[in-house]
Amino acid sequence: MNNEELKSAILAIQPAATFDESGEFLNVHISSELLLPLMLELRNNKDFYFDYLFCETCIDWKDHLMMVYHLTSKSLKHTLVVKGKISNRDNAEIESVAGIWKTAEFMEREVYELFGVKFLNHPDLRKLILDDYWTGYPLRKDYSDPVNLIEY
Amino acid sequence: MELENATEGQDDLIINVGPQHPSTHGVLHIKLKVNGETITDVEPHLGYIHRSIEKMCESHTYRQFIYTTSRMDYLSAHINNQACALAVEKGLQVEVPARAKAIRILMAELTRLASHQLWWGCTGLDLGAVTPFFHAFREREMINDIMEKTCGARLTMNYAVPGGVMADLHPDFVKDVKAFLAEFKGKFHEYDELLTGNIIFEERVKGIGYISKEDAISFGCTGPVARASGVSCDIRKLHPYDGYENLQFEEIIRTEGDCYGRYLARMDEMKQSMYIIEQLIDNIPEGDYQAKTKALIKLPKGEFYQRVETARGEFGVYIVSEGATTPYRIKFRSPGFSNLSALKHMVVGGKIADLVAVMAMLDLVIPDIDR
Repeated sequence: MNNEELKSAILAIQPAATFDESGEFLNVHISSELLLPLMLELRNNKDFYFDYLFCETCIDWKDHLMMVYHLTSKSLKHTLVVKGKISNRDNAEIESVAGIWKTAEFMEREVYELFGVKFLNHPDLRKLILDDYWTGYPLRKDYSDPVNLIEY
Repeated sequence: MELENATEGQDDLIINVGPQHPSTHGVLHIKLKVNGETITDVEPHLGYIHRSIEKMCESHTYRQFIYTTSRMDYLSAHINNQACALAVEKGLQVEVPARAKAIRILMAELTRLASHQLWWGCTGLDLGAVTPFFHAFREREMINDIMEKTCGARLTMNYAVPGGVMADLHPDFVKDVKAFLAEFKGKFHEYDELLTGNIIFEERVKGIGYISKEDAISFGCTGPVARASGVSCDIRKLHPYDGYENLQFEEIIRTEGDCYGRYLARMDEMKQSMYIIEQLIDNIPEGDYQAKTKALIKLPKGEFYQRVETARGEFGVYIVSEGATTPYRIKFRSPGFSNLSALKHMVVGGKIADLVAVMAMLDLVIPDIDR
């Protein structure tokens, strides 16, 4: 599907979605509560069939966090970026997609420790890279570390 | 999962492999749960060399941040640099001179050859054959010397910069590469004789660490690991960059899905890399090696994603720019991280010795995983 077809097909499933075409790929913006049903549809619907999650990460926009999922379909060759907005920074929560794409299990564990996003229904949500006793979320913009001279 | 509070299977034994263990090729800690010889659970513990390169990049300019990426996958250092340069060029919309593109591809393929040679030698070492290591390093040394002459460094090249490459080729480059190709082609049959057709080696890796095509895609496996399972994922073919679209080469896709398939995929890839170098080495265009860019680069507000094919698979650079001289956020999608996430799927149910074979065929580079 091209971008226009993707847009109308996504709007048919989730009318609350908004779009942004300024970048290389088509971006879909959605709030974190509505994310999981859309993701399930994107993976399982034969017209979308986004079977490959090639990048999952988070961006700290200071007043909110944003999960970014880069999806592509190996058979249908279209690419889509889904952005889930997490408004509550202090208690950031979003549904896990590890049940849909297995690669998300590790990627979400990384986001969990570095950004402090709690993934609901994740199979094994623990710290992956940092020490177990680490406090704070290093990739957040308000993180300060006097030892390594990172200032907020 | 939940190794600490295992209630069932009281006979299970927990073994720690690493952080200091020869088969992990670095500091990777793997917690194994075994029942007799059979692996029942695997849990990788990462982060022993985590440097938070993504955070460091947020305070580096678009010229500086490229150098940190050489320290991630140090065996594909040039290809990582190339990915970052391409991402910045995408934001700047700079046209790279044809000469720089050709030089970058030549260096990238030499890097891939060197990486696969090291993998081949270490695979032999991991599986109990010491001789391959010396053979592989003999030829790899020639590539390192070529790199040293042109880039000034043997491993962390830092040669690709936004707009092209840092300096022109060394006058001996063409001669040296041709000498290397002649030497390596003449010696390649030794590689096959030592391992490929070796019955002990084949028995050790055939049917081990199987992963299906669907699972390989779901786990985000890329590179030879996924291509051995029949996934078409070569970025050089799917999303060509720097002029790969004008070159003749094959994407190696196999259907075995096991360790032996991964082995054969990498062996054939080496031949394809040599073929690419042969096409380019006599046809390096004349002209500039670098396009003019400002000393202090400012990227426009927006997002730029660039993926390249490193020796291990798909490497992605995701730059979020707010229009400043430093990136707002950078994410490196590293191939090793996703390939490692499939480790549990590959080894559970197998024997302890299979773990070493599977890890060798995943071609893990730990700084690439930890970042």
